[in-house]
Amino acid sequence: MSHSHTHGHPKGLVHHFDDLKQQNEAATLGMWGFLITEILFFGGLITAYIIFRGLYPEVFLHGSHMLDWKLGGLNTLVLLCSSLTMAFAVHASHEGKPKSAFNYLILTILFGSVFLVVKYFEYKAKVDHHLIPGSASFTFTEGGVDAGRAQIFFILYFAMTGVHALHMIVGIGIVAWIATKVRNNAFTKDYYSPVEMTGLYWHFVDIVWIFLYPLLYLIDLTKVGGGGHALLDTDTLMKLLG
Amino acid sequence: MPAEHYLNVKYGLKSWLLTKDHKRIAMLYLISVTVMFALGGLFAGLVRLELITPGGDFLSADAYNKAFSAHGIIMVFFFLIPAVPAIFGNFLIPIQIGAKDLAFPRINLLSWYLYIIGALLGISAILAGGVDTGWTFYPPYSSQYSQSHVLLAGLGAFIAGFSSILTGLNFVVTIHKMRAPGMTWFRLPLFVWAHYATSLIMLLGTPVVAITIVLLVVERLFGVGIFDPSIGGDPVLFQHLFWFYSHPAVYIMILPAMGVQSELVATFSRRRVFGYSFVAFSSLAIAIIGFVVWGHHMFVSGQSMYAGLVFSILTMLVAIPSAVKTFNWALTMYKGSISYETPMIYAIGFLGLFVIGGLTGLFLGAMGLDIHLHDTYFVVAHFHYIMVGGTVMGFMGGLHYYWPKMSGRMYPDGWGRLSAMIIFVGFNLTFFPQFIAGYLGMPRRYYMYDPDFHIWNIMSTAGATVLAIGYMMPLFYMAWSWKWGRPAGPNPWGAKGLEWTTQSPPTTFNFDETPIWNEEAYDYDPEEAEAEYEREFGTIN
Ligand SMILES: [Cu+2]
Repeated sequence: MSHSHTHGHPKGLVHHFDDLKQQNEAATLGMWGFLITEILFFGGLITAYIIFRGLYPEVFLHGSHMLDWKLGGLNTLVLLCSSLTMAFAVHASHEGKPKSAFNYLILTILFGSVFLVVKYFEYKAKVDHHLIPGSASFTFTEGGVDAGRAQIFFILYFAMTGVHALHMIVGIGIVAWIATKVRNNAFTKDYYSPVEMTGLYWHFVDIVWIFLYPLLYLIDLTKVGGGGHALLDTDTLMKLLG
Repeated sequence: MPAEHYLNVKYGLKSWLLTKDHKRIAMLYLISVTVMFALGGLFAGLVRLELITPGGDFLSADAYNKAFSAHGIIMVFFFLIPAVPAIFGNFLIPIQIGAKDLAFPRINLLSWYLYIIGALLGISAILAGGVDTGWTFYPPYSSQYSQSHVLLAGLGAFIAGFSSILTGLNFVVTIHKMRAPGMTWFRLPLFVWAHYATSLIMLLGTPVVAITIVLLVVERLFGVGIFDPSIGGDPVLFQHLFWFYSHPAVYIMILPAMGVQSELVATFSRRRVFGYSFVAFSSLAIAIIGFVVWGHHMFVSGQSMYAGLVFSILTMLVAIPSAVKTFNWALTMYKGSISYETPMIYAIGFLGLFVIGGLTGLFLGAMGLDIHLHDTYFVVAHFHYIMVGGTVMGFMGGLHYYWPKMSGRMYPDGWGRLSAMIIFVGFNLTFFPQFIAGYLGMPRRYYMYDPDFHIWNIMSTAGATVLAIGYMMPLFYMAWSWKWGRPAGPNPWGAKGLEWTTQSPPTTFNFDETPIWNEEAYDYDPEEAEAEYEREFGTIN
């Protein structure tokens, strides 16, 4: 760690740090620490998921039939694209090209919004099919599984994707805020750690989705393969799940 | 008093509520945490009053349930968890490592506001009619059939949890990245090591309890079984998730107090802490092993016998680093040149009470014995020996040790020593009888009890009264010293460490230039200490 007292005041340096290097390192470590807490936060949800999938495997199998794996897959692609544009935005900031960084950030916001719109239609379909857990009109008849337990699958679906969507909304807000700062030339080649931190957060939220998608949508791989080309048929899967 | 310091740079409410100075934020915490401590103490008073007779004549069964729940929730989430780190950690870590502030001052202020919002939600839950779940929020007490205000209280604990996460994050980054040149890891005061370990637990444990509370709230709002077995949920899942955080959380509460203890023992024995690196690493060991012992709360909850066995053995393991610390403090005092100012009275009290609390923890961690002791007053007594005998003694010791640095003035030491001794006597009178009543079979959490236990409860309530008097005394002499106390000067205790080189109270940025540090931790001169010892007690054989 270099502690040479910097004379003159580099752009972006806050008073209580000695130099930009120290400040950037602090921001990076802080962000990683925050992301670790996020992993444990989602980890609690995934623990609940694992316990209930173990307790009621057939409920989860039939519950997942009500989720549209094609829309989920589309959203996975959309998020992967958003991560790519985010990475380009950070790279452009590193190269000191605010204009191009700004454009990539706007693209990231667009992809993020597409994800939320698709998610909205998915949620709306659940309302239309009376799949809102806790509501009096909840009906679930598929596979002859207990409707009360089917509600557990859907409450986990809404909790996991809902918390994720909330992170997306916050993320879009942060990217928009950073984009305006980029536009106002608030950053330099040496000082762009806010863009980098936003990128870390964005990638993290994407990775969470990469886990949620198979956990929720792809329980029954026979559906995904279109029946004939299944990797696993339902019976084998049931055996594997115990 | 120095001409300019962090207290007099600006005046007015706004300068405090919008401050980014870690020292001012620490003072904000000091005030709010003290208020919560008083409130939690009030509910403890109600509980002790009810238990003065075997019958239920002062509170109804319902009111009693709400009183002990309010006591537990307030004390755990709004006093014990933030007390030492948010006040003394906040104030001292940057100064001890030679930094101008914590790494993220704005986030530091945010964490205070989150604490206040959480505390207000907790208080409003009590005002709205209370919670009757106990501090653990176990379903089915807390599931949708509970008529009390679980939502508000749970939300309060949830938000206070984020305050604690942000404090932990700030400490980790600050300790890693903001140490002054020369302030290497093994020159850090053990107070800093203890807070580093605490922060790791805050970061890794708190999110899990946060999501657990979210699931509890979701279950209550939607009426879908997650934890409630009558609608397909799994109550043991709640206990696993809850204790995954809440066992390590007792180390969030005790480790910072252990950090204070190391400082006090070294300063008032005039000796380097014996086995410095063992004490430092024992903090980390406690943080790590502490994460794999949670099942010792669930020996009778339907967890498998083999899981119980493993958890029982791991619980024995986590006692080792605590014992390392205890022995090392004792060995630091041995042949040290001890002086008995107020903070040292607290440190000696801590040592004795923590030994009793720790050893009785082993009783409870032993699976077979726990079947007998589970949910009796023995558990209550053990927990309070650690949390009051340990954490509160550490808190009071820290307050009396750092007060001259924080306020710039000395309190009357005679009054300090008197109140410390009253607290020690009152504490033992309150909680030691509970070990006996519990061992004889008195269950916890009932507002009535078998008349055979009467005498132990009378002693306990009498002790609580003495304890309350002891706790109130510092309020008066500390307030007096704020205005009229003798100016302390930079180093009133003759202690070693960077924090004692700055003026008292320090300036806003602690140091004009980032300092360069060339001293080992606790660089006391052993020969000088030995000479002092011989002058006082004669030759050492
Ligand atoms: Cu425990």
